[in-house]
Order: sequence, then structure tokens, then C-alpha cells
Amino acid sequence: MKLETKSRIVVFFMSLLVWILITMVFSIPSLVAGIVVALITAIFAGEMLIITERKFHLKRVWYTIEYLLKFTWELIKANFHVAYIVIHPLLPIKPGIVKVRTKLKRDSALTMLANSITLTPGTLTVDVDVDNQVLYVHWIDVKSTDIEQTTKDIGGRFEKLLEEIFE
Amino acid sequence: MPDLAFNQIIGYVIICIGIIFDLFGVLGLVRLPDVYNRLQAATKSVTFGSAGILFGVFVYSGFNAMGFKAILAAIFVLLTSPVSAHAIAKAAHKAGIKLTDKTIIDLYRQDKEKSEEQK
Repeated sequence: MKLETKSRIVVFFMSLLVWILITMVFSIPSLVAGIVVALITAIFAGEMLIITERKFHLKRVWYTIEYLLKFTWELIKANFHVAYIVIHPLLPIKPGIVKVRTKLKRDSALTMLANSITLTPGTLTVDVDVDNQVLYVHWIDVKSTDIEQTTKDIGGRFEKLLEEIFE
Repeated sequence: MPDLAFNQIIGYVIICIGIIFDLFGVLGLVRLPDVYNRLQAATKSVTFGSAGILFGVFVYSGFNAMGFKAILAAIFVLLTSPVSAHAIAKAAHKAGIKLTDKTIIDLYRQDKEKSEEQK
């Protein structure tokens, strides 16, 4: 089967599932309307979801769960960090923009890495340089400016997991 | 306590936690010095707070149409909020908005100037 067709079928069933979940009405007219909408979605935007052929690994599911748990934990930590800074009367900040090197190449992996960095304590991705594989990160409390050290501190938390999931 | 089910009480508690973190985000918007630091507070706290409120609605209403809509909205907020923060930060830097005086390093500007010299 062609990759595009496969992607369209996956998108069709996912849209149908979302339709059923958000309406929660199990009557024939509702289901028919859902099928029509899902078909339109699959025809117009279906080819974008699956781009490369990859085998399904159970290991990847495990890594995804590990990533989600780690991400939630870091998000909660980030919020307490922001709360501490905002409540502190002296505003203990030392901001700056530093560079972080990354090994990831695929767009999806880079996007997830940038998003994860933005939602973890004290860091915000400003720009991604795909050619040099460098992320520019705004750090609210700069601890070091050396690229090796920042790569370990900021990117290292998620890079390995994302590499396993996406590459 | 009026007749609230157990899951409704937990839902209210989660909604309250979300509102408290939203409050911290707003406080950060007012107190922090420049646009980049404000974005930090705005994205982290407001993402977690809003997602928390929506998750609270899911716990409150259970597995029905309203609950699943809330979960979908929470996932949407979690995925799009960092992207918009990233876009605002990049646009601000491109427009030449200065970082605050407390800033100790700006490698982004240095690299940009270097690449312009090479051209």
C-alpha cells in the first residue's frame, strides 16, 4: 500500500474517534455526519501525518510513556520555579540567551524538543538553526555560557528520549 | 457540604490549583522586566494553569461529551502555547526589542551579527 493512502486511512479513523468522543451521541444521523466530516478531513489533510515508513516497536511506546511522565514532572517543577521568582521580593533573575547543540535532525523531533525546552524550568526557545543544529534558548537564570555545559543542562533531559521516539 | 460527588470535589480542587498558577503567571507578566522574561512566566504558568482548569473540568464531569472536549482543549493548549511563545520571542528579537539591563549574555545577537558580516 502506498504511504499516502495509509496515512489517509489513519487520519480518517482518528478523526472519526475524536468526533465520537466529543459528541457522545450514538445515533445513525450523528455517525453519518461524523463519517462525512472525517472523510473530508482525510481527503484534504490526510497525507501529512505519516511521512516515513517505520516499523512499530513496543520499545517506542515505552519511551513515549517515559517522556510524558518526565515532561509532566518538569512542567510542575517549572511552575513552582516561576512562582518562586515572581513572589520573591527581589526578583532573583539573571537572564540571557545561550546556545544549545542538538543531535536531532527530523522536524518533528526538533519541534518537540523546542516545545519541551520552553515548558521546562527557566528556559524558552527563541530560534532553531537547522543547518548548524543549534537552538537559541533564553534562560532566566544563566548558570553557564559554555555550549557543552548548556547542552547537558538544558537539552540533555529530553534529547535521548526524543531520539528514540522520533528517529 | 452540599451533595457533591467525590469526583466533583477533586475536580473543584484541581480547578482551584489551575487558577492559582494562572494568577502566578499574571503576576509574572506585571513584575518581570522585559518581553522575554514575561513570556517565560506567561507560557509556563498559563499553560499549566489553563490545562489544569480543563483537566479539572474533565474530572468534574467524567467520561461524557463535556469531559472529552475539555481534554482535547487541554492537549491543544499544551501543544500550541509553546509554539506561539517561540514565535513571539523570535519576532521580538527580530524587531530589535532590547533585553533588560540585567541580561548577562546574548549569543543570538552575536551570531546574527557574525553571519551578517560574512555576507
